[in-house]
Amino acid sequence: MNFDFSDDQKLLKESVKKMLSDKCDLGRVRKVLDGDQPFAKDVWDALVEMGVTGTAIPEEYGGLGLGALELCVVAEELGRSAAPVPFSSSVYLATEALLVAGTEEQKQAWLPKLASGEVIGTFAMAEGFTAASPRTVEVAFNGGKLNGTKVAVPDGDIADIAVVLANTGGSGDKALSLVVVDLKASGVTIEPVKTIDPTRSHANITFKDAPAELMGTEGEGWANTGTVFDSAAVLMAFEQIGGAEAAMWMARDYALERYAFGRLIGSYQAIKHKIADMYVKLELARSNCYFGAMMLNDKGAELPEAAAAARISATEAYRYAAQENIQVHGGIGYTWEADTQFYFRRSKLLALALGSALEWKDKLVARLETRNAA
Amino acid sequence: MDFNDTKEEAEYRAKVRAWLDQNAERKKSSKDALPSLGLEEALERARKWQATKAEGGFACITWPKEYGGQGGSSIHNVIYSQEESKYLVPSGFYAIGLGMCVPTVLAWGTEEHKERYVAPAIHGDEIWCQLFSEPAGGSDVAGLRTKAEKDGDEWVINGQKVWTSGAHYCDYGIVVVRTDPNVPKHKGLTMFIIDMKSEGVEVRPIKQMSGESEFNEVFFTNVRVPDSNRLGNPGDGWKVALTTLMNERLAVGGGGGADWEELMSLGRESELEQMAAMSNGAVRERVADWYVQTQGLKYTRFRTLTALSKGQTPGPESSISKVVSAAKMQDLGSFAMDLQGQAGIIRDREVSPQGAIFQNQWMGGAGYRIAGGTDEILRNIVAERVLGLPQDIRVDKDKPYNELPK
Repeated sequence: MNFDFSDDQKLLKESVKKMLSDKCDLGRVRKVLDGDQPFAKDVWDALVEMGVTGTAIPEEYGGLGLGALELCVVAEELGRSAAPVPFSSSVYLATEALLVAGTEEQKQAWLPKLASGEVIGTFAMAEGFTAASPRTVEVAFNGGKLNGTKVAVPDGDIADIAVVLANTGGSGDKALSLVVVDLKASGVTIEPVKTIDPTRSHANITFKDAPAELMGTEGEGWANTGTVFDSAAVLMAFEQIGGAEAAMWMARDYALERYAFGRLIGSYQAIKHKIADMYVKLELARSNCYFGAMMLNDKGAELPEAAAAARISATEAYRYAAQENIQVHGGIGYTWEADTQFYFRRSKLLALALGSALEWKDKLVARLETRNAA
Repeated sequence: MDFNDTKEEAEYRAKVRAWLDQNAERKKSSKDALPSLGLEEALERARKWQATKAEGGFACITWPKEYGGQGGSSIHNVIYSQEESKYLVPSGFYAIGLGMCVPTVLAWGTEEHKERYVAPAIHGDEIWCQLFSEPAGGSDVAGLRTKAEKDGDEWVINGQKVWTSGAHYCDYGIVVVRTDPNVPKHKGLTMFIIDMKSEGVEVRPIKQMSGESEFNEVFFTNVRVPDSNRLGNPGDGWKVALTTLMNERLAVGGGGGADWEELMSLGRESELEQMAAMSNGAVRERVADWYVQTQGLKYTRFRTLTALSKGQTPGPESSISKVVSAAKMQDLGSFAMDLQGQAGIIRDREVSPQGAIFQNQWMGGAGYRIAGGTDEILRNIVAERVLGLPQDIRVDKDKPYNELPK
């Protein structure tokens, strides 16, 4: 039984953790919240310098050629520090989509630049206030041109390229295809949007005859999105448990310093049990994340179920820790000055980023039913 | 990351399998079970199997060789248990004695105690029970009232214990009693080894809410115990009891019973709003939640096993197990009954779906959430030992026991 990260992976985790605690404390996150910069460029540059943007990109495309496990430990630390960087968009989504569906030319064109951080990528999916699906996606791709509007594109105002889920006119699930667009090209209008978490920028992007290229086979966009999202769900779940753990310790530390009715609030069971529940949910999620990581790394047959379990439990762990951390703090926790808001905002942002737990639970049960019928 | 054995572990597993193949019958499915027997016959069957294990070198694997154990590691023990669970063998009667009581004797007993008691326990000749809880001391065990007074070389015990599994067939027990009421409660306790056949020990079964009787209450009336049966010094009883309780929390994990798969199968067969219940969103959400919890607990165990396999001390993550599994056991049973329509109230193994497993689980879950550490005590343990939060203010901590309100 060797269900743990290796010493090298733990070393990588420590070095990312150290860099982030030097360069990206919550004061740095607050500068993005209060300022007009869409992300922490200095933190991004430091990540690029460490080479982690190319962690899972094969060496032939300029990456480090390491496995998914290395990316998981990086993700956990990014989550812990609530880093305001476009890492998930560029690495878990755009890079992964190119690896899954890109043509050889597209891989050669973009992967080395994504690895070196010269190019930031993203993935554009949502079009309105509803879960995206073959029934709702209307942004159209034909004749090499893209038309329509994608909303709430993560890091849409930062990214240089986007992988876009577009309608190519087939029927049912075959209606959709993935295309790649240079966001600096003509016919692309980008408008930042107000969101619940200004420390991670989002934008609406309108395409008007914007030049784009089909990725992979036409009509496979929905299936490929599922594949990309399974791996992204595992990686994002590591961000979520990193954040959940940080929120839990913030609540614990405050409970050890605040007095009420002549006692430390941490000595009241109402508070103790709340924080104990944060721990219970966190460790349950961590264990599911580990299995997700293992399946992702081994390309195991159980990845779809493992990814869903990791995502569902990590979403719940982060939701609970972030929201109850505010409750433990009381009134001060609801002020702009308090740092509790960073985890609260981020927990909900990540909970919706790849589709909510409602979607993932239904998807999970469908997979269990298929496995059961087989 | 992988789930593979190390070379040494694989060799041990092969040895275990070869031995089990020769000495037991392999289950045909995971639901396969030995026929149920009356108490005497079941005891005899368990006794024989324990003796067989002892002869084969697979009983009490982690105990020191000098007292008849195997001197093996925790991972050897885990491997043996994993393999044994695939065979039709008796279980139950020895779990408390070998899991909790005799390890306490090994930790606190004199050389004479170990010489006398350990080997017969390993061979199954003597069965042990644990006598801690009292009507006046459940979560607050240290508030117990049963007292022992010194009389020459003996102690005289009077009082009552409760929730004692197996007291009616056990040969020995470890009992914690109050020997000094003039000091604060934790400081006036002492632990003894007690011969359950002593005069003045009376065992009465407790009828549980579920209708079954798995536990007893035990009454002590002028029971005389020699001072040589004492474990630890007078007044050390609480420290000795903690050794036992640490072992109990390890032993109580994993609820078993119906889980998401049984619920899914019920959901396929029952109807809700004129459709198969499995197509109902609320049902699907619950199945997903419980699948995620079950998987999370499974992989939490794998993390613990990884630490054991590497010869490290496992982290505190295993402390989440019972909190999660106990609530799941009860909630899942209750929800599955909701899927059975108005007939869900029927609790009859002959007619209720899947042998009334859901009704039994709903009922039994109420007890499981209390046994071996309540939900609340377990959360206190996580908060205090893992997260470093302070203990509750204890108004009884520094007062002599005999001045406390009762």
